[in-house]
Amino acid sequence: MVSGLINANPVIYEKKQRQQRSTQSLPADEYAVEPIDQLEIFDHIRDIKDPEHPYSLEELKVITEEAVEVDDQNSYVRVTFTPTVEHCSMATIIGLCLRVKLLRSLPSRYKVDIRVAPGSHATEAAVNKQLNDKERVAAALENPNLVDMVDECLAPSYD
Amino acid sequence: MERLELKEVQKLEGHTDRVWSLDWNPATGHAGVPLVFASCSGDKTVRIWEQNLSNSLFSCKAVLEETHTRTVRSCAWSPSGKLLATASFDATTAIWENVGGDFECVSTLEGHENEVKSVSWNASGTLLATCSRDKSVWIWEVQPGNEFECVSVLQGHTQDVKMVRWHPTEDILFSCSYDNNIKVWADEGDSDDWQCVQTLGEPNNGHTSTVWALSFNASGDKMVTCSDDLSLKVWETDNIGMQSGGGFAPWRHRCTLTGYHERTIFSVHWSRGGIFASGAADNAIRLFVDNNESQVDGPLYKLLLKKEKAHDMDINYVQWSPGEKPLLASASDDGTIKVWDLGS
Repeated sequence: MVSGLINANPVIYEKKQRQQRSTQSLPADEYAVEPIDQLEIFDHIRDIKDPEHPYSLEELKVITEEAVEVDDQNSYVRVTFTPTVEHCSMATIIGLCLRVKLLRSLPSRYKVDIRVAPGSHATEAAVNKQLNDKERVAAALENPNLVDMVDECLAPSYD
Repeated sequence: MERLELKEVQKLEGHTDRVWSLDWNPATGHAGVPLVFASCSGDKTVRIWEQNLSNSLFSCKAVLEETHTRTVRSCAWSPSGKLLATASFDATTAIWENVGGDFECVSTLEGHENEVKSVSWNASGTLLATCSRDKSVWIWEVQPGNEFECVSVLQGHTQDVKMVRWHPTEDILFSCSYDNNIKVWADEGDSDDWQCVQTLGEPNNGHTSTVWALSFNASGDKMVTCSDDLSLKVWETDNIGMQSGGGFAPWRHRCTLTGYHERTIFSVHWSRGGIFASGAADNAIRLFVDNNESQVDGPLYKLLLKKEKAHDMDINYVQWSPGEKPLLASASDDGTIKVWDLGS
């Protein structure tokens, strides 16, 4: 495992206030399907814990609401995350956490792309390629150590 | 011209996780032998499906389980159809023998450091190739008594190797990889001296991202490859196999098909009738044929048809069946296999 923290002193940001969905906005027809929007997806992933700090991805500004792009009609989501440091070796773990959480939360019709923000990581292309190779993701998720690590990071996001 | 249509004949359920791959048994589908294929899945099992000759419907005849401990990524029948090889993320390749309808695991090939991703038999059934995330390609010789001896470990790819395929008539091996390259391997010295004789990569008009699969046309002088770069590429050679002087006839880029797929193309397979099918992460199946009315500088291949929403999720594998009137089978992340009939 990792000896010594990759980023020993990360900057912590305030959590964005949770928006309560107003009751007025409920559709008249309670059976109508409400499209999945940016905030709904952000809510699924904002509380994921950073792999090496006791803070959430939101508190570290690894993800923001604006970093979520969603096209519900075409069942497409793209999440762009920003590692706290350029050489963050945790980037693939963070990406894996995001992918697993969305895999478990979104309807199976969804296509999900996960990427690091352009210019935010030294090996951006390599990280992006690995995160979007579903065969590698599938193999990683059969690795008990990795799954433990991912589940630990995801735990607060289910509260 | 009559309008062709890809009709869904049957949807096969049974796997409890994504279906990664399938392989039609080449010894079936003619002379009164019902069509058979094997499928493999993230559920760690292999299923054997057989067509009922009276109603043409497929049903599951056997489930091969409790041998592989992780995802079974690919499967391949020997040319005689008697043996089935299965490659798994558990780093092993299992060899199964059909003994009166029961499948017995008769051999387990160990050696790769981690996930085995693909397995392929040569035309005569005397050699087997496997490839892995460990970046290597292994060649195994089939010995009497279901023994398999590793005769060569080929290093050359710089990333995991996604697929290996033997040429349909020659003992020349092709591999494609996460490193964006396709490599051609041949035994030039005739003494298990396997070497990389060609690399088809970006400098040769090759792919710019992971190459997931490759397939040959019936005569073996053309090959089609598909990639995460959303393109299909057709390659050709003047002389299959080795030239009379002992040299290797290189492959060259013939054309690139882009603008058809919206997401990663995981699979491509060329039928004996000259139609190649592709399956992609956009849930669609597309069929391409030679563009006969090709004017000078016109495209060499054209889209014959596109079947949108062929599956509810990514399509991982497509393959045409043997026999006079081939059926197309597709395997998907949605856990199902579909059998399709191309008709008008």
